[in-house]
Amino acid sequence: MNLGITPSQTVGPFLAIGLPWDDGPFVVPPDTSGAIVITGEVLDGAGEPVPDALVETWQADPESRFDHPDDPRGAAQSSIPGFRGFGRCPTNAHGEYRIITVRPGALPGPDGGMQAPYIDVTVFARGMLDRAVTRIYFGDDVQANATDPVLTSITDHARRATLVAEPQASGSEFRFDIRLQGDGETVFFDV
Amino acid sequence: MTASVPSSARGPLELPVYPRPHGVHPPLDSPGYNSSRLRHPLRPLIPLPQSFTEVTGPLLGPGRVEASDADLTAGHPGGEPLGERIIVTGRVLDSDGRPVPDTLVEIWQANASGRYKHAVDDHPAPLDPNFTGAGRCVTDSQGRYRFVTIKPGAYPWRNHFNAWRPAHIHFSLLGRAFTQRLVTQMYFPADPLFSLDPIFNSIPDPQARQRLISKFEIDLTEPDWALGYSWDIVLRGRNATVFENEEGG
Repeated sequence: MNLGITPSQTVGPFLAIGLPWDDGPFVVPPDTSGAIVITGEVLDGAGEPVPDALVETWQADPESRFDHPDDPRGAAQSSIPGFRGFGRCPTNAHGEYRIITVRPGALPGPDGGMQAPYIDVTVFARGMLDRAVTRIYFGDDVQANATDPVLTSITDHARRATLVAEPQASGSEFRFDIRLQGDGETVFFDV
Repeated sequence: MTASVPSSARGPLELPVYPRPHGVHPPLDSPGYNSSRLRHPLRPLIPLPQSFTEVTGPLLGPGRVEASDADLTAGHPGGEPLGERIIVTGRVLDSDGRPVPDTLVEIWQANASGRYKHAVDDHPAPLDPNFTGAGRCVTDSQGRYRFVTIKPGAYPWRNHFNAWRPAHIHFSLLGRAFTQRLVTQMYFPADPLFSLDPIFNSIPDPQARQRLISKFEIDLTEPDWALGYSWDIVLRGRNATVFENEEGG
């Protein structure tokens, strides 16, 4: 059987009626040991903040596992109480979002090596007829990032840097801006 | 088709593969839709190999919803909303025809006058104190969902002179995997605004546009109560056999 896939349409300007959850930004409960905060702005091609976007994240737990039947290593409930793996945050009037999570573990790669730890990201917004997909890598994973197959496939270093969240002074906060278009445009993927 | 990921002692692990649905979704660069102008990447998308994170996803249905969340006409102290009461139901499937059970379906919509309960909406049509316009439910073991709501109105927008959106309900689906995540809109049959709407027409294949139009069904219609519409949602399929880990390869 080959049914026609349902096409995407924009979330439009009124996504705030249906999509935000009170606990959306919390991939882990706020008092989780080792929790980190990832914040940033979503910006348009004129450098203006996008106040009607939704950022979603999906990731492995710190032990590199997923509580999901399609993981061929077996579904594994995280040892972190309340770990959801999924985050969802609408942007505010300044185009800012905020996700509270823990660092994901590294996953095996296709060549027998390891991938650098990363978080998958979906961006929806008014003006976007389909989602845009990107990834968050961590700036202090210097060695792992240097050999990651996806990062190293992007030969332009400035472009590659758009996928890397930079640690802030606090050590538990990372900055990841998403530029939809133009100067410093974030790398987006066809998944 | 499977992707092999070597693993220490167990031989290759088999991951499902979700073929890319090229030509189905609207291009992010769709000049007819003005708001896309500064919000589409100029650089080509980079093909991303599907790994563990992409073929898994949040299984968040049960526990996040109450049965009453699927009835958008209920829950307001003033009574029922104005408008044409409707039932919207269908199945969530993948392109291989497999049902997607236990998955979260979220909807939002305008009221019968074409007005959203949102600060940004300044359309001079009345708000309805008995209508918020948000609902959610979880698909059953056969992938079925069902909402009770009212038919939303068409409404004007500022994309071009005399621009009106055809009546629609926004749908959000988590699916089974990150690859299946979908947000879309469901339309109603024979809307005279289809040919004029740049969002509907942003879908390159005219046949694929038709997949967003629900069907009126007299068999789903409940006598003396509500009109019935059916709409199936098809997510990307996975062309793979999923092997148990110890037996893989």
